[in-house]
Amino acid sequence: MGWNRKLLRVNLTAGTCSVEPLNMQWADEYLGSRGLATKYLVSEIDPKVDPLSPDNKMIMATGPLTGTMASTGGRYTVVTKGPLTGAIACSNSGGFFGAEMKFAGWDMVIFEGKSAKPVWLYIENDKAELRDAAGLWGKSCWETEEQIKDELQDPLVRISSIGKAGENQVLYACVVNDLHRAAGRSGVGAVMGSKNLKAVAIRGTKGVSGIKDFGAFLKATNDAKKVLADNAVTGQGLPKYGTQVLMNVINEIGALPTRNHRDVQFEDASKISAEAMHEKRESDGKTHLVTNAACFGCTIACGRISEIDKGHFTVKNSPKYWGASGGLEYEAAWALGAANGVGDLEALQYANLICNEQGMDPISFGATVGAAMELYELGILNDDIIGMAAPFGSAEALAKMVEMTAVGEGFGKELGMGSKRLCEKYGRPELSMSVKGQEFPAYDSRGIQGMGLAYATSNRGACHLRGYTVASEVLGIPVKTDPLATDGKPELVKAFQDATAVFDSAGICVFTSFAWTLADVQPQVAAACEGDWSMEKLNEVGERIWNMERMFNNAAGFTAKDDNLPPRLTQEPAKTGPAKGMVNGLAKMLPEYYQVRGWTPEGQPTAETRARLGL
Amino acid sequence: METRVTIRIAFKLFASLSDYLPDGHRGNRLELDVDEGTTVAEMIHRYRVPERSAHLVLVNGHFVPPAERARRRLQDGDELAIWPPIAGG
Repeated sequence: MGWNRKLLRVNLTAGTCSVEPLNMQWADEYLGSRGLATKYLVSEIDPKVDPLSPDNKMIMATGPLTGTMASTGGRYTVVTKGPLTGAIACSNSGGFFGAEMKFAGWDMVIFEGKSAKPVWLYIENDKAELRDAAGLWGKSCWETEEQIKDELQDPLVRISSIGKAGENQVLYACVVNDLHRAAGRSGVGAVMGSKNLKAVAIRGTKGVSGIKDFGAFLKATNDAKKVLADNAVTGQGLPKYGTQVLMNVINEIGALPTRNHRDVQFEDASKISAEAMHEKRESDGKTHLVTNAACFGCTIACGRISEIDKGHFTVKNSPKYWGASGGLEYEAAWALGAANGVGDLEALQYANLICNEQGMDPISFGATVGAAMELYELGILNDDIIGMAAPFGSAEALAKMVEMTAVGEGFGKELGMGSKRLCEKYGRPELSMSVKGQEFPAYDSRGIQGMGLAYATSNRGACHLRGYTVASEVLGIPVKTDPLATDGKPELVKAFQDATAVFDSAGICVFTSFAWTLADVQPQVAAACEGDWSMEKLNEVGERIWNMERMFNNAAGFTAKDDNLPPRLTQEPAKTGPAKGMVNGLAKMLPEYYQVRGWTPEGQPTAETRARLGL
Repeated sequence: METRVTIRIAFKLFASLSDYLPDGHRGNRLELDVDEGTTVAEMIHRYRVPERSAHLVLVNGHFVPPAERARRRLQDGDELAIWPPIAGG
């Protein structure tokens, strides 16, 4: 059956934990994880709720393939209303926490209310209890993990927690599990902090049972693993070079946002690339990259584990950062590097370590630093306000800012509000490189046109993981399309958005989609889950999830006007590279996208569309 | 007697293909003098880059589809960059 058919409801106000059966009709309509948790959320909260109030809820959810032998079946999702955007927030993480939740016998945990004092939740199979977190509050994610394992005398307990960023309501705080995996975007960690919930620790020893047809599941998962192993991207490229291999590619095609999107190519891109991570440093003769790493059940292993240069100015007096640790991944390297004009690989890894340690999204943090550096160069911010010189390219400023933001010190408090609020405060809202308040990831939509539409319409604000048309427009997966053309992109964006919703909701990693199509996922879901899980149904489920998220955002107050890009991307042409002279053609693509979606010209799903999808 | 005209191009091989760069490269980029009229496909063959690994082939950042590589002639100052199948996120 795939699901455990059981959820845990934790009322933090009352301090209670209760068991509920999973709504299996909803599971049949929304599959699991992202889709099913969002269905619960939109059914239980007022769309206009203040995201940081006790009336908001936060759900940690697995999918039917989480914890199974399906490759990459270790994903879980944190769903809530996001404080950075005010839109649906849905952040997905790998590691081992999600599988452990499944092994303990739960499909999801719903948190509601707010605890009067800091607490953490301990789940050991059927047993669930809230414990006092007085001794954990103020600790980093790393210290929290260590302390809980110590207290439980159990090195295998799996933990998701917030660091100081979540406690301090940094609006892009994340929830970190297994030291360096994170439900990273949209500020889900700030919601957790607002509830005085420090951590969730799970120990599950039940395994996964109830697979509908085990023989068929064994065959389907093995067949699908072979597809991943035989594919040059998932079998060779990602394990060896990780996501960071994109740095030079995206720079070459002129779509690497640089210095707050002023430029589309970064002169130091090669210094912060995957290839650079493989090169021996002059300082100590060691490579930055130590090894690759895999999340639970993953046969790709794209993760990067690196060792920072011990003599670098950021860490020479801080031995705790000298060991091998997570990073750099492409998005973090871009946001902490090119977005600010910083070409110092070690400084980027330092900032990345602090983001992991204290639970902050490096994309939104880095992009907010980029906005601050532009305001500084324009003379709107100065040394007195920031507390230091902060021109583009300053590794020193980056390192100091990450420390200040994580602990909410000085100007760090303003950085912690994100670029939209920062730029509004200083009278230049157009300099926030964001959509719906969430900062862009590492692709400039003047050079990759479809991504402009994907960003503008993403249900959680600017994001590459809602509809990754880069795969087609740049990498030729599944087919190559022209990144500079707008024709055909509305259909392409819709197809990516709907399919991604299915991958996310199944409990597997979207990176499998570099080799798999839905046709590879379908036999795995069908063998694991009761009910009819045909291709037609999966496509419909993906579209239903997308429309449900959209309807929540519309009810929260978002309109077609919010499906927009900053004027820099639609009015200031790219200065160099293949897209030189071009802006993003969103105005042309958006009306067509609404039509393809079955929405009104105002961006609302029509009655017919809602009826067709059962919404 | 025919005059041999050469042009200067930048030849860039990334990720696992960097092993195919000739000696003398710094990083992933090498400047080379090649005969005028040299095609993209000739460069791929000359440096023994396996055809199936030459997945993402860009000239000045523009993708050159497999079918056009044999007739796409390089110009002076061109940047030819090649990657194996890769992806990220």
